[in-house]
Order: sequence, then C-alpha cells, then structure tokens
Amino acid sequence: MAFSLSMKPPPPSARAARGLPGLIWLLSTPLLLFLGLPLLAIVLRAQPERLWASLGQAQVIQAVGLSLATALATALLAVLFGTPVGYVLARRQFRLRRAIDSLVDLPTVLPPAVAGVALLMAFGRRGILGGVLDDLGIRLAFTPIAVVMAQTFVAVPFYVKAAMVGFAGIEPELEQAAALDGAGPWQVFRHITLPLARAALLVGVVMTWARALGEFGATILFAGNLPGRTQTMPLAIYIGFELDLDMALALAVILMACSFLALWLIKGVLQRDPPAS
Amino acid sequence: MTPISHTPRGSTRGRNSLAIAALVVLAAALAGLAWSAGSRAEPSQPAAGPAPAPATLVVFAAASLHESLAEIGERFEEKNPGVHVELNLAGSQQLAQQLAHGAPADVLATANHKTMDVSVGSGRVAAGSPTGLVRNRLVVIYPAGNPAGIHELADLARPGVRLVLADGRVPAGQYSLDLLDRAARDPALGPAFRRGVLANVVSYEHTVRAVLVKVALGEGDAGVVYHSDLAAGQADRLGTIEIPPALGPVAEYWIAPLADSRRHALAEAFVRLAVSAEGQGILASYGFQPLDETAAP
Repeated sequence: MAFSLSMKPPPPSARAARGLPGLIWLLSTPLLLFLGLPLLAIVLRAQPERLWASLGQAQVIQAVGLSLATALATALLAVLFGTPVGYVLARRQFRLRRAIDSLVDLPTVLPPAVAGVALLMAFGRRGILGGVLDDLGIRLAFTPIAVVMAQTFVAVPFYVKAAMVGFAGIEPELEQAAALDGAGPWQVFRHITLPLARAALLVGVVMTWARALGEFGATILFAGNLPGRTQTMPLAIYIGFELDLDMALALAVILMACSFLALWLIKGVLQRDPPAS
Repeated sequence: MTPISHTPRGSTRGRNSLAIAALVVLAAALAGLAWSAGSRAEPSQPAAGPAPAPATLVVFAAASLHESLAEIGERFEEKNPGVHVELNLAGSQQLAQQLAHGAPADVLATANHKTMDVSVGSGRVAAGSPTGLVRNRLVVIYPAGNPAGIHELADLARPGVRLVLADGRVPAGQYSLDLLDRAARDPALGPAFRRGVLANVVSYEHTVRAVLVKVALGEGDAGVVYHSDLAAGQADRLGTIEIPPALGPVAEYWIAPLADSRRHALAEAFVRLAVSAEGQGILASYGFQPLDETAAP
C-alpha cells in the first residue's frame, strides 16, 4: 500500500536545477483535469436549494448519522485492536512476519464485495461461526454491528500499516534508554513510543475513518440495507440514485466534503509535525 | 541503528524479479484467456459462402428474467448464426436509469410497466412499442429447516421474524408493498398485519435475487420473491408458501426494442421470439405465468 508520510517539498534550489518546469506542468494537466472535472461536476450539478431541501429528508439524516457513528466506531476499534498489530509488525522480526504483513494488506486490495461474501461465510447464520453465535442468541447480519464489522474489515489495515511505519521510525535506543532509566514497558510506550509515533497514528486513524465512511460493497452484502439501521451514505446514494437524484447528489456532496476534510487534516498534521526519521 | 531495512540484496533481488515476471506473465495469460473466450462467441472468420456479419445484441433485462432470457438468447443465437446476445441484468429501475443516462442497448425487458414508462419518457423507447411479455406471481420463502416456523402468510407479522424484501423502488419490492396493501384491506389480516410485517423487515435489497440468496443463506427468516425465482437453483435450500390469488398482485413484464438501436431488425426479431409460443414455453418452464387476458389484474 503506497502512501507517503514525507510531505516536505524539495528545497527551491533543487527544483530550479531540474529545468523545464513548464513541460512537467503541461504533462500533469490531463490527469489533474480528469480527477477534478467529475468532482467539480457534482458540485455544480447539485443546486443549493435542492441540496438544502434534501438535507432535511429523514432518509438523508439517518444515512449521515449512521455513517458518522459507524465510521467513528471503526476508527476507535482500529486504534484499540490495530495498535498492537502495528507494533508487532514494526518491531519484531519473526518467521511469519511476511505472511501476517500480507494478510493485513489483503483487505485493501480485495474487492469489497469479496470481503462482504467472506464475512457472510464466516459470521452469517450458516457460516463457520454462525452456528455458535446463533446458539448464543447473537444475530450479526442486518445490524449496525455488521456495518461496523464490514467497515473495520476493509479499513483497519490502513491504520495498522500507518502505525507500523510510525513505530518502525522510532530509534530503539530511545526506548532502551528509557528502560535503562527504570521505566516499565507501559511507561516507555506511553511516554516515548506513542508521542513519537503520534503523527503516523493520527494519519492512520483519519484514513481509516475516511475509508470506512465510503465503504459500500461489503456493507450491502453483509449488513443489508435498512434506513436508520444499516443504510449508510454510500448505500443511500446507490439506491437513491435510481429514483431521487437530488438526494443522491446531496449525499455525494456531503461525502466529498468529509473526505476532503479528512485529507486536509492529514496534510496539516504531516506538515506541522513530520514523523521522526 | 536503522529501522527494518527493506532493500533487497543479491539472491533476494533475483527472486523478486522472478516473482514480478511470473505475475506479469500470469496476468497476460489470464487476459488472453478472457479475450479468446470473448471473441470465440463472436466468430469473425466466416466459412466459405455468404456469411452473416457478426453482431452483438445487447439486452437489458430485469434480474428475475436471468435464466429464462439467457435460454431465449441461446435459441436466438442458434436461429441467427453470427449473432451474440449479451444480457445486462439489474433491477428494472436501475436499467431505466442507465438508459436515461445514454447507455447503449438494443432490447429492454422490465418487470413492471412503470420502469418501461420511464424509458418511454426518456425517449429511449418509442411510445406504443412495448408489448406484454409474461406474468409472474409472488411467493413467500423461508430457509430450509424453517427456523422461524413460518407456515402461513399471517406468520410474517409475528414479532421477531426477520423479513427480507426487495427495496420499494425495485419492481419486486413494489409488488410486495402492493401485497401488503391488499392484505390490509382483507378482513382476515387487516392493517395490523401490514404494520407487523413492515416492522419485521431487516433489509431492503436492491435486486430480488439478493433477497433469494439472503434467505437461502439463512440470514433472513423469510422473504418475498417471484415464483420464477425458485427456478434459480436455490430451491433445495428453501421452502415456499403460496400467496392466495385474491391477495397476490400479478407482476406484468414488458419488452420493447430500443428506438435508437443500431440493430433494429435483430432487436425486433428478438422481441418476436420472446413473445412467440417458443419463447413463452421457455418462460413457462422457469415458473412464469402466460399473459392471460382473463386473469385478474
């Protein structure tokens, strides 16, 4: 998975020495236009009055509320359960490391629909764990819990990889020095490791949150579609597109704004607080 | 001390290059296989003698017509060598939207009149050109083993039953809601039945086949699908309950060639085959009902 934690541009002298900056800009324009035009089209198409009217609809409010709540839950789960995995991958060299590394990467390259089918096969009523859960009276499919599970499956790997990179960038001598001075492992983690990895962890959380917000394929297959309970914004857009284009556009604009905000935050964090090198 | 170094050295670098090369070859081989499978269906080298030009007929069809139209398509290909029938299956409302946004197609088959009207309204179908194709009725399904003990229609309103329906914008979903409206007017069931049923819905799926699969997997305790959907291969995992004819709405399917089809003669021929005795026979074998003027609407 490729994302860059190093966001500082090269010093001006190096840039000028390269020559032909105009040509580079020219060659870059097609892609920038291609990326920008559809996004601009949504904003232009969505007329403000209709947008405002759509925002008052119950279905829109439910979808936005559910999306924000489940994405937040996913982000919290990422921090709780992803941090140990990131730490293990960063610090330990062990035989299964490559396999575990690939396992954590897999959901990010897998089509979300495949993730949905996989979750059904594992946690569905007739799935591997399904029988056990059913006996315990736990029903997962068609609940907001299923929505969070679907989002977690596809989005938490982003946090784990960011945490891994963040932890790996810390000099072990710093932690060793603290230990030598009498700090226990938890104190080392809390006062040395975490603060130094803070930027990377924050980036990871925001990316996980943004990915969870946009999750669709696994959600519709595993969690189903019910307004207020499992119909997140992407589902509402997909189903609403067929009959209520205004509502779909309103939700699309909200989603775009959320994603843009997330990216803005990431860039801000990185420029202010570059990760330890 | 540096963090974990990922720069490959020596033999590792050689192994990595080999892995990359293998991946590229595999991808190319898969792409080539897909290409040849696709082009095999469209013969471009005719044998000696007058040969028909290869043509692809794009048919937009409601999801519930999957197997039946596929077979009609095969029959059409046999009668028209060199023609390949390509089916695009989705909820009828989704097809109508795709066409409204300009998707190219030659034939449209929908599961209700409303979605066909949308396409007439968007100008893709000429007014007056749609013809009735076939009829379908709804049935209630439950997973094999009947975990929730559904034995009659009234059971659907029992609290705690997890019901899966198609979304109201999908024809099957609209017919399901029509069913509930009729039931609300029925003295034996009444409005309490409709309220109870709607409260039990756990998911509104975007195609009727998704309802079928979710119930067959046991995720839902019950669902409402078309009678023809039982021929889709999940029948051994399902039980069914018939809906009393007085309550059941009858789904009417419509078919039409697209006004701007570039293979208009072929498109009309396909429609003719579908409504002919041969086509109707195929549809009947998949659980559809014939268009019968005397049947109650």
